[in-house]
Amino acid sequence: MLKFIKNNLDKVRDQFEEGGKFQRFYPLFEATDTILFSTDEKTNSGPHIRDSIDTKRVMILVVLTLIPLYIFGSINIGYQNAVSSNLERGIFGNFLFGLFQILPIIAVTFASGAFWEILFAIARKHTISEGFLVTCALIPLTLPPAIPLWQVAIATSFGIVIGKEIFGGVGMNIFNPALMARVFIFFTYPSNISGDKVWVAGPDGYSGATALSVPASQPGENAVSLLTEFAQFDFSWMNMFWGWIPGSIGESNKLLIILGAIFLSYIKIINWRVIVGAVLGLVGTALITNFFSPYSSNSMFTIPPHYHLVMGSFLFGIVFMATEPVTGCHTDKGRWYYGLIVGSLTVIIRSINPAYPEGVMLSILFANAFAGLIDWFVVQSNIKKRMARYAQ
Amino acid sequence: MEHYLSLITKAVFVENILLAYFLGMCSFLAISKKVDTSIGLGFAVIFVLTITAPTNWAMNKYFLQDGALAWAGFPDVNLSFLNFIVFISVIAAMVQLVEMILDKFSPTLYQSLGIFLPLIAVNCSILGGSLFLVEREYTLLESTVFGFGSGLGWLLAIVSMASIRYRLRYSNVPSHLRGVGITMLLTGLLSIAFMSFGGIQL
Repeated sequence: MLKFIKNNLDKVRDQFEEGGKFQRFYPLFEATDTILFSTDEKTNSGPHIRDSIDTKRVMILVVLTLIPLYIFGSINIGYQNAVSSNLERGIFGNFLFGLFQILPIIAVTFASGAFWEILFAIARKHTISEGFLVTCALIPLTLPPAIPLWQVAIATSFGIVIGKEIFGGVGMNIFNPALMARVFIFFTYPSNISGDKVWVAGPDGYSGATALSVPASQPGENAVSLLTEFAQFDFSWMNMFWGWIPGSIGESNKLLIILGAIFLSYIKIINWRVIVGAVLGLVGTALITNFFSPYSSNSMFTIPPHYHLVMGSFLFGIVFMATEPVTGCHTDKGRWYYGLIVGSLTVIIRSINPAYPEGVMLSILFANAFAGLIDWFVVQSNIKKRMARYAQ
Repeated sequence: MEHYLSLITKAVFVENILLAYFLGMCSFLAISKKVDTSIGLGFAVIFVLTITAPTNWAMNKYFLQDGALAWAGFPDVNLSFLNFIVFISVIAAMVQLVEMILDKFSPTLYQSLGIFLPLIAVNCSILGGSLFLVEREYTLLESTVFGFGSGLGWLLAIVSMASIRYRLRYSNVPSHLRGVGITMLLTGLLSIAFMSFGGIQL
């Protein structure tokens, strides 16, 4: 079977190459060929690095770690739906219900993402990069299950075109394209991606406050007791860790995210310094807010650090968004500062900005904007150090 | 003290004069190519804003406001229609001062800023700062702090833009977008990132 495809591909190859009939569509041909088989570009002269890792494999591995999140996300959507409409359904039934919720979102994301990617590849004569697979696999995970599909299409287009393609494609962007897509919906259609009504694919008008908006809306209380005793859902630490709470599709199960983080850092696709820095920043800032909580009526100040860690989409954001190698810092020292900014800013936005309950997305975008500057200062200080060393 | 701290935070992050009000765009777009130069220009803007804000405050309080000339025996005179022209002349004079100081103490920065140093005089963020402090009825100390904070916010914006453009050297931007086009788009994206502070009440 594979041989048959290979033979046919090789047969039509000349028509796509220079001077052929379908020369314009060479990127399409090349993408099909390299996804199914290995690349035929070989390095002719040294130095040769013998490593089986390339961009394609990096991207595929990231997508693989996202698949468990999709599966758990589907089960959780079904579970929340069953709870909200008082149904009894097995785990498989929940999974099927959730799957039918998220499949259209995935399909729309990939269709619009592929459309723009192929259009730009043909118009600008670069090859189709697999980077858009990761972007498109990440976008649905950041969305609530009941998001209107046309908004998904527009947001994906914005993320791919404005977030990535106008800079020249994969590896050249400044802001994370998947987050650009989400932030687009966040500011243009806020009622579909924030508030209390969007996180459960339940009956019409069903509303439930999320873990972060419970303490934000009730001043002068202790956040932990608000969450565990008075909230509509079970917002105990354990339950938030296991993810049986309403939320965006991919953010809820923290264990799968942590496992994904360990796997990806072990094979060195993501850099652990960003994650550790972000966790440190979050814990430090949360401790500061705890210290000031007796002087303020803001209940958000009373959330202890370990609760901050499992609330909202903090872990998902720092593992899959902040660690993106292109938009983050490129120096190891810079990555620490970058992570610290993301973590501490998240707590600051959650606690003192009444406009948004969650701050991970915006703090990562903010850190993206300053990643270049951090790198610049790190490099400059390094240059100065070396100058001083060789000056003697 | 707390009040002034929150005023600075507000001017730098929440209501950044460049990324929330889009004032001072022209020199922002033109001088953000190199980080060094943009830091220099940013400090010049901070300096000019910090000294023009109290000067213009005094101008407004003792000469221009309705009834401000009471001390000279004209309680019915209202010269506030002269706001713009007086503010601009004060700013121009201050910029001359900065120019002379820079020429004396840092000739390299003076050279690299070039025509844009005298053009700080028409930088909208400076005039905007002066007009804001009239509109918001700040006191003398408040307006100085506000001027300093706005300048700091402007510096932060231009420096981050310069570092982003430094990264853009590796990008393959479509040829029609190169230069100012992509910078305008980036300014929009940058102000999205600064939206993370929008809505904070201080």
